[in-house]
Amino acid sequence: MRSFRFDPEEILETVKMVQMEKLDIRTITMGISLRDCAHPSLQQAARRAYDKVCRCAQSLVAVGDGLEREYGIPIINRRIAVTPIALVAESSDASDYVLMAQQLDRAAVQVGVNFIGGFSALVHKGMTGGDRVLIDSIAEALAGTERVCASVNVASTHAGINMDAVNAMGAVIRDCAQRTRERDGLACAKLVIFCNAVEDNPFMAGAFHGIGEPECVINVGVSGPGAVLSAVQRAPDADLGELASIIKRTAFKITRMGELIGRRASERLGVPFGIVDLSLAPTPAQGDSVARILEAMGLERVGTHGSTAALAMLNDAVKKGGAMASSHVGGLSGAFIPVSEDIGMIEAAAAGALSLDKLEAMTSVCSVGLDMVALPGDTPVETLAAIIADEAAIGMINRKTTAVRLIPAPGKTVGDWVEFGGLLGRAPVMAVNGHSAARFITRAGRIPAPLQALGN
Amino acid sequence: MTESSHRIIVTVVGQDRTGIIAQTAGVLAEANANIIDISQTLLGEFFVMILIADLARASVSLEELKSRLAAKAAELGMRIDAQHEDVFKFMHRV
Repeated sequence: MRSFRFDPEEILETVKMVQMEKLDIRTITMGISLRDCAHPSLQQAARRAYDKVCRCAQSLVAVGDGLEREYGIPIINRRIAVTPIALVAESSDASDYVLMAQQLDRAAVQVGVNFIGGFSALVHKGMTGGDRVLIDSIAEALAGTERVCASVNVASTHAGINMDAVNAMGAVIRDCAQRTRERDGLACAKLVIFCNAVEDNPFMAGAFHGIGEPECVINVGVSGPGAVLSAVQRAPDADLGELASIIKRTAFKITRMGELIGRRASERLGVPFGIVDLSLAPTPAQGDSVARILEAMGLERVGTHGSTAALAMLNDAVKKGGAMASSHVGGLSGAFIPVSEDIGMIEAAAAGALSLDKLEAMTSVCSVGLDMVALPGDTPVETLAAIIADEAAIGMINRKTTAVRLIPAPGKTVGDWVEFGGLLGRAPVMAVNGHSAARFITRAGRIPAPLQALGN
Repeated sequence: MTESSHRIIVTVVGQDRTGIIAQTAGVLAEANANIIDISQTLLGEFFVMILIADLARASVSLEELKSRLAAKAAELGMRIDAQHEDVFKFMHRV
């Protein structure tokens, strides 16, 4: 008699994670290259882009549904990421690229995905003509479409910070907010400004299909704050080293689910498997909060002293646990702290326990950055730009990806709330520092790259 | 790991009572699912059973089998979950 092939405890653990602790795959994202869609006529380019997206992704939703049914693990989103549109549309002489956004939006609807990212430009060293047109098109494009997401990379460790671009983006954020003022500045929720953006991030709004990527790829974003929370709650007396180990093991198991789904999706779609992004990505639902994990670790409220250390440990444990779980780990990989998308963050901000300054400190040790942060509607564009510059500096010096997704809510101030609903959630407006950074910001130019090893 | 098998893992958890094994096995037999392995134990007053079944020649889909098992679970006052073997293989083996 051979012995039973699985330990009953392992089996029960898996059942618990899937059935009770909200273990899910946050997204399967198909990356599609639109490089071959470039054309001197923007109309033609947009048409080609529409056709290619529809062709490549026609089975994406159906395959996702099938995998969900077969494995019983919810796959919350199916999404698409395309080549930064500035590169695709640049060959045309169009004065704006809104048409391209409209066609991408149509394609997303046709195929059934809820977001399509990549209305993007990479300007960390400087802007081309196409980059400039893309940036100037963002506000109108996002206000006029439902599913398109935009991103701009304004800095990198190798290039420094493009402060001309930072300035421009401060104004773009303000423009996005104004154009969607009756929806609390919703367009801002679809725009991410990066330092050290990665080419294979499957999460929105910052996903785009990098130029080093193949024709088409499947990337998976896992999730599972609930499973990590349960593991932490079961160990109230563990010291921090033991707790790190517990989190690591849980992160391993969560990531394995991403590997399973990613491989199967890749096989069924006939598309190469890209990466698993092992991020703990919260949602506003109960039991799905990263902030609650930090609180279970022993903080009365996220945002108090100790939050940075706790998050540093959590983020690192998640990365280490996930690293063994997949042959191709990539994307952002770590813990996300989006304010409006995490019930614990929302409550901490509303209670005054979590300030913008503490959030900024926390971004130095986790994935993402100042994400889904609602600010007063009258925040000056120079202040918005200065916030971007600060995040970019953190990313640049620490050789990590940082980003901002800021929402200056028109007509609202501290004490008010923005309401987006669904996965975008709701958030209290947070206070900014009232002193001006205008004279610093408007100097513009480029902040030089930091000194690194002269390895080359 | 190669393309998926047709094996599933069924877990039955609840208060011990007579007929659990027979009833659960009955649902699987009706669906022409071949039971490959069984393990069961008592944890306190809780009965825990884990079966591995092969659906290669099953007459119904996993989805349909899951809903039949859910109905049986309600009848017995137990929890019955059925999941593709790959989920466990991936999670607990590198």
